[in-house]
Amino acid sequence: MTDHKPEIDEVSGVETTGHTWDGIKELNNPLPRWWLYIFYASIVWAVVYMVFMPAIPALPGTGMTNTLGIRGHSDRALVADDIAQLTTQRADGSAKLLTATLSEIETDMNLQQFALAMGESAFGDNCATCHGAGGRGAKGYPMLADDVWLWDGTLSGIETTLRHGIRHDEDPDTRNSAMPAFGRDGLLTPREIDDLVQFVLVRSGREGDAAAANRAAPVFAQQCTSCHGADGKGDRTLGAPNLTDQEWVFGSEPRDIHQSIYNARNAHMPAWQGRLDEATIKALAVYVHSLGGGEK
Amino acid sequence: MTKVTLISSRGPSAPKPERPDSLYEKRHQIYPKLAHGRFRMIKWLVMAGTLGVYYLIPWIRWPRGDGIPDQAVLADFEGEKFYFFFLEIWPQEIYFLGGLVILAALALFLVTSLLGRVWCGYTCPQTVWTDLYIWVERAFEGDRAARMRLDRAPMSVSKALRKGGKHFVWLLIAFLTGGAFILYWHDAPTIARTFFTGEAPMTAYFFAGILTFTTYMLAGTMREQVCTYLCPWPRIQGALTDEHALNVTYRYDRGEPRGRLHKDQGFEGRGDCIDCKQCVQVCPMGIDIRGGAQLECIHCALCIDACDDIMRKVGRPTGLIAYDTDRAVSARAQGGAVKYSLLRPRTILYSVLIVLISTLILWGYGAKSTYEFSVLKDRSPPFIRLSDGRVRNGYTLKLVNKSVTTQQVGITVKGLGDAEFEIIGIGTSQPGGGLTLTSEAHGVDRYRMLVTVPAGDAADRDNLVVEIRDPGTGETIEAGAPFTRGDR
Repeated sequence: MTDHKPEIDEVSGVETTGHTWDGIKELNNPLPRWWLYIFYASIVWAVVYMVFMPAIPALPGTGMTNTLGIRGHSDRALVADDIAQLTTQRADGSAKLLTATLSEIETDMNLQQFALAMGESAFGDNCATCHGAGGRGAKGYPMLADDVWLWDGTLSGIETTLRHGIRHDEDPDTRNSAMPAFGRDGLLTPREIDDLVQFVLVRSGREGDAAAANRAAPVFAQQCTSCHGADGKGDRTLGAPNLTDQEWVFGSEPRDIHQSIYNARNAHMPAWQGRLDEATIKALAVYVHSLGGGEK
Repeated sequence: MTKVTLISSRGPSAPKPERPDSLYEKRHQIYPKLAHGRFRMIKWLVMAGTLGVYYLIPWIRWPRGDGIPDQAVLADFEGEKFYFFFLEIWPQEIYFLGGLVILAALALFLVTSLLGRVWCGYTCPQTVWTDLYIWVERAFEGDRAARMRLDRAPMSVSKALRKGGKHFVWLLIAFLTGGAFILYWHDAPTIARTFFTGEAPMTAYFFAGILTFTTYMLAGTMREQVCTYLCPWPRIQGALTDEHALNVTYRYDRGEPRGRLHKDQGFEGRGDCIDCKQCVQVCPMGIDIRGGAQLECIHCALCIDACDDIMRKVGRPTGLIAYDTDRAVSARAQGGAVKYSLLRPRTILYSVLIVLISTLILWGYGAKSTYEFSVLKDRSPPFIRLSDGRVRNGYTLKLVNKSVTTQQVGITVKGLGDAEFEIIGIGTSQPGGGLTLTSEAHGVDRYRMLVTVPAGDAADRDNLVVEIRDPGTGETIEAGAPFTRGDR
C-alpha cells in the first residue's frame, strides 16, 4: 500500500481522487453501489442474451448469417406464425366467400365488408402496379373507378376478366380480340390513317379537320365498323372501345390516336386464376365493382 | 480553481477507512425508530386509505349495458376504452387524460407551494409501501435498537427465522401489489381466477412479475435511495418550494444554541434543542432535519412527533420542529413580526389555472356527442369523370356510436347543389334525398360513399358537407371534406 494521503477539497469538504488537470482537481463523489450492481447485471444480461438469442454474426462459409441461440428465435418464423394465425382467423370469412355466389356477397353486408377489406389489400398487392391505387388508371391501363368498360362492368364480368385475363395466350377462355396494325401491315395508306385520326377526333366531339374527316368516312365504314360499330360506340363483346366519348386509355392527342391506328394496341392483362386463390379473386371482383363504375 | 487543503498525516491510531480507493459507495443502512403522535397517526390513516383504494377499487362493479365491461375502473386495452365510473374515454378522446395529467401536475404545484412536500411525505406510493415494509420489519425484528443488534449478531436460527419471515411477508405484499395492478387492465374477478389456472394472458404474468419485483426492491431494499437518486421530484422541488411554503422545519430561532440538558439545568440562556437525536433516529431518510431544508427530506413529519414527545418530557412547549415557513423562522430569529401568506401570486395563478382547466375538461366532457363522424376523401383517384360528363368523388365514412343501443341514423349531403350519393352496400340517394345507416351499438362502422354531381362549369374545388342525424334525439353532426372536379 502506498502512503496514500487523501486530499480534502476545502470548499466542498469532499475527498479528491488525486487526479489533476491544469490545476483543477477531481472530486471523489462515489457512485452508489446499487448503480454498480446494475452495471454488472447488464453485463451478465448481455452474455445470457448472446447464449439464448441470435446475436453473433457467423463467419463466412459456414452457411449461416449469425448464431441462432439456444432459444432458436427467428423473426421470420414469427412472421410465418402470425400469417398462419391470420389465415385461421379469416378462415370463416374465406370459406363463406368461397361458397357464396357473387350476388349473395352483394346482399350479405358482413360478407361484403369482409370481401371489400380483403379485395382492397389484394388490389394493392397485385393490381395497383398497373391500374394505380384506387383503380385510378394510367396511360395504357384503364381506370377502374369510372363507368367506362372495355369488356364488361358487371360483377360477374369483372370476375371473368380477373380469372382469365385479356389476350392471355395460356388461357383458352381469355378475353380475346385483335385490332389489325393498319399502318405497319400496310392495310391503309399513311394519308388514310391521318384522315382517320381527324375523323375520330371529330366523332368524339373535339376539334378536327372536317374535310379530312369526311374523306375518312368511307374508310371508317369499311375497316372499323365491324368492331367499333357504325356509330363508333364500340362493342364490349370484342373489347372494342367507344370512340365517341372522352375516355382515351392510350391518350387523346392526335399522335396517340395515330399510333393506335398505325400499330394497334391490343393490351394484355394476365389471367389471375391459379395465381390467386378463389376467395381472393371473388373479393377482388367485389372490390373493383365497388370502386364506382360497377354495373348491375 | 478549487483550493485544496492537504491533510498532512493521519495519526497511527486513526482508523483506516474501509477501501479508501473505492469509487463506489456502500449504502448505509437506516434503522428508523417508531414514532408516536399526531402525524404518525395521520400517516397510518393515509396508508390504510391509499392501500384500501388501490386494492379494492378494481372490484367495484358499475353496470353499463350489454356487452360492455361492468368494472368501475378499467383500462380496457382489448376494447380500446378507458372506464372510470360514469366516465368513458375512447381512444380519440385521450386528450381528456392529458388534461387530467396537467390538472394533477398543477394540483401538485399548488399543494407544494402551500404545504411543501406533503405528496412525498404521505401519499407517494414509495412512501406508503416503504412505511408498510418498515412496519413488517418492525414486527419481525423489533424497533431500531433491536434491529441494529440483530444485524450485528452472528447468524442463528432465531435470526434466520426473523429475517426469513420478514422477506416472506415482504414478497407476499409485493405479489399482492403486482397482482392488484393487473386487475385494473382486465375484468378483476376473471383475471383473479385465470391468473392461477394459467389461462391469463402473458402480459398479466409479466406485469405482475415486474411489479412484484419492483415493490420488493424499492420498498424493501432501496427505500430512501429511490427518493434521493431515482426520483426527479426532489429536484423539481427546488424550483417549486419557496420561503412561504409550510415545510417541516427545525425552528433554529428557538432551538439554538443546542446542547445536552444536564440535571437541574434550566433553559435560561440556551436553546430548547437538547440534542437527543430523536429526530434523526425516527427519520426514514436518515437525515438530520436541524440541517435545514434538504433534498433528501420527504417531509413525513415523523421528526415532529419525536421532538414533541421530548419537549413534553422536558417541560418545554411542543413545536420545536413543526410545519413552518422559512420566512417565519428567520423573522422570529431577527425578532420581527411573523406573517403567513397563503394568497400569493403563484398560489392564485395555480388555483386559477386549476379552475380553468377543470372547467374546460368538464365542459368538453359534457359537450361530447353520442356520435363521432368523419369523412375522408379518396386520395386516389382524386376525382372521376363519368362518360356523360358528371363528376364523382369517393369517400370513406367512419361513424362512431358511443351509446349502448344500435341506432338508425339518417345521412344527407349538402353544399354541392344537386349531388346524388351512393353508399356501397346500402343504396343510392336521389339528388337532395338521404339514406338511412345502421350505427352499431358501442362501435365503429365504416362505409364507402360515392358522391356524383351533374356536368357543368363549376369550381375545381368545393366543400362537401355530410350530415348525420339521429331521428330519435334530433342530434345532428356534420363533417366536411373537399370535393374536386379537376386537378388544375
